[in-house]
Amino acid sequence: MELLSELKLHHPISVEDAVSLHAAAPTGRYLAGGSDLLVNVRRGIEQPGSLVYLDNIAELQSITDAPDQITIGAGVTLRELANSALVHEHFAAVAQAAGEVAGPSHREYGTLGGNLCLDTRCVFYNQSEWWRAANNYCLKSRGDICHVAPGGKKCFAAFSGDVAPALLLFDAEVELAGPSGRRRMALAELYRNDGMDHLTLETGELLVAVHVAKPSVPVTSAYAKSRVRGSIDFPLAGVALRMAMRDGRIAELRVGLTGVSPLPFLAGKLDKFIGRAPDQACLEDLRDAIRSQAKAMKTTVTPPHYRRRVAGALTLKLAQSLAQDLVEASS
Amino acid sequence: MTKTIAKTVLSLNLNGVVRDDVIPDNLLLVDYLREKASLTGTKIGCDGGECGACTVLIDGRPRHACLTLAATCQDSEIETIDGLSRDSRLTALQRGFNEKLGAQCGFCTPGMIMASEALLRRIPNPSETDIRDALAANICRCTGYVKIIEAVQFAAQALTEGEPAA
Repeated sequence: MELLSELKLHHPISVEDAVSLHAAAPTGRYLAGGSDLLVNVRRGIEQPGSLVYLDNIAELQSITDAPDQITIGAGVTLRELANSALVHEHFAAVAQAAGEVAGPSHREYGTLGGNLCLDTRCVFYNQSEWWRAANNYCLKSRGDICHVAPGGKKCFAAFSGDVAPALLLFDAEVELAGPSGRRRMALAELYRNDGMDHLTLETGELLVAVHVAKPSVPVTSAYAKSRVRGSIDFPLAGVALRMAMRDGRIAELRVGLTGVSPLPFLAGKLDKFIGRAPDQACLEDLRDAIRSQAKAMKTTVTPPHYRRRVAGALTLKLAQSLAQDLVEASS
Repeated sequence: MTKTIAKTVLSLNLNGVVRDDVIPDNLLLVDYLREKASLTGTKIGCDGGECGACTVLIDGRPRHACLTLAATCQDSEIETIDGLSRDSRLTALQRGFNEKLGAQCGFCTPGMIMASEALLRRIPNPSETDIRDALAANICRCTGYVKIIEAVQFAAQALTEGEPAA
């Protein structure tokens, strides 16, 4: 029998209670589905003295529809998100991304909040205690060398959540609750480019909900990922793409990336594609632009150059498919 | 002075039987099942949600018992492979895995059957794609999956022909 490190489990029924319980034991963690956190606890990466269990808090569990936006509780499961007709209708890439997370059993209990706050991952970090000990640990946990870039002092562990890049396409906002009250900020501001400390959450802050404004006109979007095993794995690279066309030319283009750096991000410098017809030459230029921005490091057993190429290839495939849909819809 | 370990009085329905146990808060559900309840059908195949061998049903939904704290299952209904057969009679799924050779070494089989059980309750007549999707989080190193899919199809056929599920 394997007992985890000693901990106290709390069962609050309101967000405010959860925040107070966490504040009383700051070395603790919030626990939702647990498919990320409990693996790390089992491997000795994390040893929280207490866990504040969020599943009994009604406020976190629902998707709410308003005329101009939808609000998705952080405790909504990935299965619910993937199957939501409302989310499909307005934010197809978000529903697709949720449906691509891990395997079906994980999506039964893994939550939106958990996927957005997923710990960064690295082949030198997500290992058993004895494996990490045998390698003198690493910069991210207990060690002082980064095995990915041994000369540096920066951690390159990759953010590997699937849903964040899709939500970034729609300028989603996150609602946070903490000891000093509630606040809202852009989802993009939740992340920083540091594999050791990639979330900008303050101590004791809890992700409560995601607010996404409905686009004023219907928007076409999609998500695709590459992974080692098609049935279950984290993304080697994940691409979310949003496109609109006017008069046969690209009128709007956004590309969100995950799995290739310590944070999910929207690709920059895509203005040059606005006004171009989405022909093969244009979309291959787009592929190359994304490939150059997907600066994957040696954080998986799959080589970085493959992940850069696959980020570009996924972008090309998605863009071709969406452009074709848009052309057919307008004809 | 003796150190106090955080404990919970856990009350749940396990394979149709209501139980109360005093358990430490850091006890995983899979260890509760195997060590406290002596139901060793549920297997531990990996250290973190990758293999699916520990799949059980919590309130009818498949979940990894190795990534669930037992103390979070208060008032839940939990079903494991140990509770499927009734009166020594195998369920259609168990017969399917037997007759179609869906089990070789057998280690993944409890998880495979529980994930399949959840599928057949949701979709009594699943397509091959439905079966592949439902079992995507369960790894088998022996069969190559073809025989497992045939086993689930056998069970679906038997159930649609009127055989009681258990």
